[in-house]
Parts: sequence; C-alpha cells; structure tokens
Amino acid sequence: MSQVKPIESSNDFVIKFANVNGSGSASANELFARAIMRMGVPVAPRNIFPSNIQGMPTWYEMRVSEAGWLGRRGGCDLMVAMNPQTWDRDIAEIEPGGYLFYDSTKSQPRSRFREDITVLGIPLTEMCNREYTDARQRQLFKNIMYVGALTALLGIDFSVVEKLIADQYRGKDKLIGANVNALKLGFDHATANLPCPIGLHVKRSDGVGDKIFINGNDACGLGAVYGGATVAAWYPITPSTSVIEAFSSYCRKYRTDPDNGMGRYAIVQAEDELASIGMVIGAAWNGSRAFTATSGPGISLMQEFFGLAYFAEVPAVIFDVQRGGPSTGMPTRTQQSDLISCAYASHGDTKHVLLFPEDPYECFTLGAQAFDLADRLQTPVFVLLDLDIGMNDRLCQPFDWDDSRRYDRGKIMTAEMLDSGKNFGRYLDVDGDGIPWRTIPGTHPTKGAFFSRGTTRNAYAKYSEAGTDYIYNMERLRHKLETAKKLVPAPILQPASQATRFGAIYYGSTSPAMAEASTLLEAQGIHVDTLRVRGFPFADEIIDFINDHDHVFVVEQNESGQLRMLLLNEGEVDPKRLIRVLHYDGTPITARFIAGRIADALSQHKVTPIRKQVAS
Amino acid sequence: MTYLAKPKLLRADAPRNTLGYTRRDYEGAISTLCAGCGHDSISAAVVQACFDLDIEPHKVAKLSGIGCSSKTPDYFLGASHGFNTTHGRMPSVLTGAALANRDLTYLGVSGDGDSASIGIGQFAHAMRRGVNMTYIVENNGVYGLTKGQFSATADKGSKSKRGVVNNDTPIDLVALALQLGASYVARSFSGDKEQLIPLIKGALRHRGPAFIDVVSPCVTFNNHPGSTKSYDYVREHNDAVNRLDVILPRDQINTTYAPGTLRRIVQHDGSILHLRKLDTDYDPSDRVGAMNYLQERHALGEIVTGLLYVDSSAEDLHRYLNTVEKPLNQLGDAYLCPGSKALDALNASLR
Repeated sequence: MSQVKPIESSNDFVIKFANVNGSGSASANELFARAIMRMGVPVAPRNIFPSNIQGMPTWYEMRVSEAGWLGRRGGCDLMVAMNPQTWDRDIAEIEPGGYLFYDSTKSQPRSRFREDITVLGIPLTEMCNREYTDARQRQLFKNIMYVGALTALLGIDFSVVEKLIADQYRGKDKLIGANVNALKLGFDHATANLPCPIGLHVKRSDGVGDKIFINGNDACGLGAVYGGATVAAWYPITPSTSVIEAFSSYCRKYRTDPDNGMGRYAIVQAEDELASIGMVIGAAWNGSRAFTATSGPGISLMQEFFGLAYFAEVPAVIFDVQRGGPSTGMPTRTQQSDLISCAYASHGDTKHVLLFPEDPYECFTLGAQAFDLADRLQTPVFVLLDLDIGMNDRLCQPFDWDDSRRYDRGKIMTAEMLDSGKNFGRYLDVDGDGIPWRTIPGTHPTKGAFFSRGTTRNAYAKYSEAGTDYIYNMERLRHKLETAKKLVPAPILQPASQATRFGAIYYGSTSPAMAEASTLLEAQGIHVDTLRVRGFPFADEIIDFINDHDHVFVVEQNESGQLRMLLLNEGEVDPKRLIRVLHYDGTPITARFIAGRIADALSQHKVTPIRKQVAS
Repeated sequence: MTYLAKPKLLRADAPRNTLGYTRRDYEGAISTLCAGCGHDSISAAVVQACFDLDIEPHKVAKLSGIGCSSKTPDYFLGASHGFNTTHGRMPSVLTGAALANRDLTYLGVSGDGDSASIGIGQFAHAMRRGVNMTYIVENNGVYGLTKGQFSATADKGSKSKRGVVNNDTPIDLVALALQLGASYVARSFSGDKEQLIPLIKGALRHRGPAFIDVVSPCVTFNNHPGSTKSYDYVREHNDAVNRLDVILPRDQINTTYAPGTLRRIVQHDGSILHLRKLDTDYDPSDRVGAMNYLQERHALGEIVTGLLYVDSSAEDLHRYLNTVEKPLNQLGDAYLCPGSKALDALNASLR
C-alpha cells in the first residue's frame, strides 16, 4: 500500500467508469447514479463516448456533490476499470490517494497498478461464469454485480438500489429477481472480502429535494410539445437525434387523439438537413409551428434556407445541439462553437434570434418559448444547447407550466380582420415595431393572398428592385431585430459579495461551472460579478454590464471567443476590456479551469483584487 | 412587368363556373417571360384547369423554386398564396406546407434545372414520400435566366444555340417519377393544350404525388435546329399514347366511345378519368410496362406523352403518418398543450 493517505470524503467525489461501448454498462451506471440521488445526494453524470456502436472505449463520469455542483470537476477519485484497452490511461488518471475497482479474475502483475492508490479487486468474470451460462447474461449481470459491489464499498443502502431496480422493471418480475440477485452477489462479495466502506462514502442527505433528472434533448422534445409544435422535420445527426426521438415519444403519449388513435403531429425524417429546414419553413409559412433539430454540420447545410426564412419572414425553430467543429470535428464531444454561424447565418445582411438554455429545465422553457418568439417575430429562432446538456442526464428544477398561458401566434390577420377593411401589406410596418402582419394560406377568398419570395419586394409583397423599397424593408428588418432584444429572455445577473470592477459573462452549459468558479474565487478573495446571457440580439443590460466594469471575462467553450466577437460587434465596446476565457478540448468546462484562468489573468494584468485595496 | 396589375375589365357575358368565378379570377400578374415562351401556355392551362374544376383559388397553395418556370406561379391564381422558394428546394417546402394543412390543393411548379439538376434529390424524395401534390416541371432543357446553358434533361447530342453539343446523358424525370413511386405520371407538351389541360385536371384531383413533365420550348435559347426541345422537334416526335378527359361526379357523361378504345378510372374523390387509347395498346396501370415503353421509345428518338401511369387507390403522406383529419395548423392550444397536470406526473417519473 502507498504512503499517500487514502482520500476520505463523504458525498463529494468523482467516480469514473471505464467501459467498452455496446456492453450494456450505460444502464447499470445510470442505475448507480440514481441510487446515490435516492440517498438525497446530488450527482452529475457525464457520458464520454466515441462516435461508434460497439467495441470502442467509453466512460461514464459521475460527480457526487452534496453542495450541488453539477459542472464537471475533473480528476477521478474512484476508477471502475472495466476496459482492458484503456487500463493504463485509466490507472494514470486516478488522483493520488484514490481508489481503483477492477475485475480481478485474471491476475495482473504489480507493475500494472500504482503504489499511491487503494486497489479493490473482485473476480467479476469468474463469479458471472459460475452463475450464468448465457453469454449475454454474463455480460449484463457483470455490470449489475459491480453496481452491487460499489453499493457496499460506498456505504449505500442496499434497499435503495433494490427498490430502484423494482421501479425500473415494474411489471417484469422475472427481471427484478434476476437483477436483484446479481446485485446481491456483488454486494455480498464486497462486504465479505473488501474493506467496506472505503474512504469515499455516500451518506443520506437532503440535497436533491424535488429536482428531476433528465437530459436536455428530452427536455427540448418536451418543450416542443408544450410549445405547440405540430411539424418536425429532421435528419439524423449526433448529438441532436434524441431531440426528435423524445418529441416523437412525447407526442405518442400526449398528442394521440383518444377517439381514433390519430396523431396531432407530423414527423418526417428528411433526406438531408436542407430538406428538413425546407419542410419546417413550408409548414410554418402555412401556419403550423414547426421545428428541426440538428448540429453544426446541419447548420452549415441549412444556411441558404435561413436566409429565405429571415427575408421572407417565416417563423422556424431550430434546436442546435452543438458539438466540436469545424467540419465533422468531434461529433461526440461538446462545444459552443456555432454562435457565429447561427447569429449571422446565410449570405447578405442577416441577423437571427438565439436562445441559450443552461440546463434541461431551460431547454424545456426556452424550447417552448422559442415557438412564441418565432411566431411573434416571424423569423428563425435558434435554441443553442450543446452535447453536455443535451445528452447527459442532469438534475434540474421540476418542469412547470401555467395553464392560463396561451400561445402567442403573433400578428396573423384573420378573414374577419380583412373583411373589416384592415390595410394588409405583408411587409408593411403598421405598428412601429418592425413586425408586419401575415395571412395564412386559405384565409380569405379574395383578400390577403400574397406571394412569398426571397427576392426583394415592396411593402405589399410585389416584386421590386427599387432601392427605396429595398431600404424600407432592410431597415424594418433591423427594427424588428431591435424589437427582439426586448422579447428574448433577459440576462441573469449574479453580483459578487462585494463591489468589484470585474465581471464575467457566460452562457449555456458553462453555467454550473461558472457558479462554482465564483465560489472558488470568492474564497481566494477575488470578486467577480457574473452575467448569464440567455438571448441574442443582446438586451441593453448586457452592454451596460460591460460598460459598468473595467474588465469582463467572457467565458465560453470554443476556440475563437464567439460570444466575445458578437459582443464586440453588437455592443461596440473596447476589445481590451473583454478578456477571453476559452475551453475547447471537447470536454465540458470546469470550475477549476475558469477560476484558474481568471485568477491568472488578474495576476498577469497586475490587477489588484478589491479586497486587498480595501485592506490597504 | 409583374408589379402591374392586370386590368380587371370583364365582359358581362364571361363564362362562370359553378362557384360563380370567371377565368379572370384564376389569373395572376402579367407574365414577364419572353413572347412565345412555352411556360405561358402552361400557366394558361393551369388557369383553365382550375376554372373547369371549380377550385376555390384561395384553397390552392402554389410553390416553386428558382428559374423562369418558377417565376410563373406569379402569373396565375393571383388569389392563392404562393411561395417562390430557393433553387431546387420547392419539394421540401411544399411537403412542409402540405403537412401543416391537408385540406389545401398543392401545386408545385419547377423547371428542368430546378428539378433535374440542383433539386434532383428533393424531387426524388418528395415522390417517394407520397406527398399529395401536383408537381409540374416546365422542361425546356436549358437555363434561361442565365442565358442558355444546358440542363440535365438536355438530350445527348442536342446542340445549343451557340452550336455546342451536349455530351451528358439526359435525366428523364418521368422515368424517375415512375421508379420512385409517383402515383400519377404524365408527360405533355406546352404546345398541345388539348392534351395538357385534362392532364393537369386529373393531377389536381389525384390523391398522392402527381407528376407532369411538360416539354416547354424556350423560344430564346432552345428553339433552333439541332435542339430536341424545340416546337418543331417535339411536334415531329410526339408519341401520344392516350387522350384524357376528366369527368367530375356532377357531370353527365354523354360522349360515346367505340368499344375497346376507352379506359375508365375512378379516383378516390369520385372524379373519373376517361382515357381514349390512341395507336397503341398502352396500359396506364402497369408501372413496369410504362418504364419499359418509355425506354424503348426514347431509344427511337420519340417523346412519349399522355397519362403514362395512374394508381387511383394510392395513399398519401398524411395517411402514412396517420395524422388527424383536421389540418394541423388549425388545432388550438387545448389540442396541443398537455398542461400542468401531465407535467406533474412526468416530473414524478423523473425522480
């Protein structure tokens, strides 16, 4: 054993499972995460997976944090090493004083371990081979068996896991018995042969409360159902595919006509992303709420259509689950790198509405709100989440819905309004907000029909290349996007505990890491006001926030500082005052990274934290 | 100029259909195409077909891509909503529109560049998906707006106005539509309105993807000797397999036909297609036979026209998707939003 003292920690550590993909480990690992949450302790799990179906390495990283920090922490206190291919790097990743759990069926030379960690072996394969004859059963129950052993090692109540299994397989009693049996084999073996509990343990707590556990893609699909979407057109692409799968499954549940089993929705898997967005635009032009879900490469392919929707003023909702770019990039890794390609998508002068949800709760709320905004503004609305929120289950506040809320369908002129003599000009700004009125095809036998096009036209939708008509239209579109500033979700300010000249701006999945980083920095006496951006075009408060601070850190997960570019361009602020904090290796950003970069930058700039000034 | 409104002067004795509309009510803005352009004849045929069928103009949605042909929806059905989309992408926009409201009649207008070159993918997938629409390609074999480059339907060996010979193998959209599952497939010629108008009428009353390839000479860039899409060439090589009459349920049938010369097909909405056989024993219910016939005649330099294939029992995309009868764009909040109670139950299942 090592000279390094084993890590002792209750309800605050990181476990990492190293598995082979396609081995059925994902559901066992998730079961384990849920067990810890049933103990009342918050868990933030993350899948780190390859773009592959079977046989490649995959990891499931689980941060246990009673304090409720849901960002990735980094490091690993307990490695569950179930993949011989990645053994060496997995062993190397364990923190000094950490723990290794492994399958000890085949004996390993001492040199393959480390001196400064605690090694916990169980002959899982041997036990499975003894217990089961079927190869698939051996594989699947091996996973449950290690969950049983970990339950004992971490001091989790056996009955909690047992009940979870019963909940999971309700109605399939045979499966419950078999799984509980495997669980017990692992639990008993560990209890009898290993020093249970180890230094890392789970104690009952009340940190979870009424929070729910769901991933962002599922929440987007649900948001689209609640937001009133009736048409979805899509093309499969990682990591967005499950948005549509969720929409489809929630539609079957909530949108099937009870009388005849027919659907109050239509979902079409298109031949490519161009057709997907084309269908969305066609459906929305015809008065349905419609959306697509895609990722960076899809955004690139859809550019021409975004321009058409912007210029012809057709609503559309696009869920962009961002992944690592450019090109095919890192399809199964996370990034926030589509801001620029969405904000100014398509040729010519365009600007688009962007929303940045921070977690599944906001994927649901902003997802639903996107449809109101698209109808109100008659323009594409992008919901920019990323793989980290989209594909990982995350604890978040429970979903809520105000039953008195009605969809805002925006300015739709009805047959009655046309008959009452209202002046209808499709591109006429009658209300002074830049937003014109539209009619839905089929509204009136003689009034209100117009010809939509991507070419220039006058305020009455008649083809025109007259400069004055063009400028009227472009200025109205600018005005409309100004109006959008007040309609997109407002930024959220979190002031530091003391007055400070420093600020940090962040958005989306960076949120939990930023919150934790603020706490780490405060502990070092560094105070930073933070502002979470939730929408684009930027509300005035965002630019004011920059102007109110000497230096503002712009924290984001891409290489070029895309939000910073947008802030510089839109806010016309001094570039020197916006300091990049960029994380873009494809893993989710951590609090340690943010706090480290901000602390370094402040020392490099020889900027004295306010606390010292006050002290002197 | 399209911004000029067409004069609305109307003769008191102008014929009216059973809805009380005159032909003028189905017209649009004044065409900006070249004098003699085949496309204008097709627009006139659309006007006549809609008038004859008593279609309410505002219940039609007309969509197009980019190009000369795609400009034409501005020149007919002025009381209909229209959408001039992006190049080659009309089929997807039309598909989306059709999903949103199954009660309108969808008319897609495209060209050979728009559908056979840049848009061949969307063309193919709309056909195989079973979208309920009439899809007309105004096929002249050239790009007119960019001054006469060959399109993908130009025949191998045909000559451009500048004397360049086309070496590429042509794409036959009719053959593709047949292979990809279109359930009403026809070819016609813009110079033969007697043939074209009934084919458009049959398509508008068809359920499922109806495709009509209309050879429509470009008088400016592709109407010279050496072209296989000129008025003269098409007239000389037109091999019409049948003549169609569309009979509405309300109509009295008082024409008599010689025995064995007529084929009668009843469509899902009760409209009847009367097909008068011409010189061949052509069977329009045989998809494979149609494909073979087309290939054989094409090898001989003939252009086969007429109603080439029809399946009157075809289903469409809405039936495949099992969507509710009421148009999706007319479902109110209560039909769409599951509400807070469902959400509470869902939250409970996520803990």
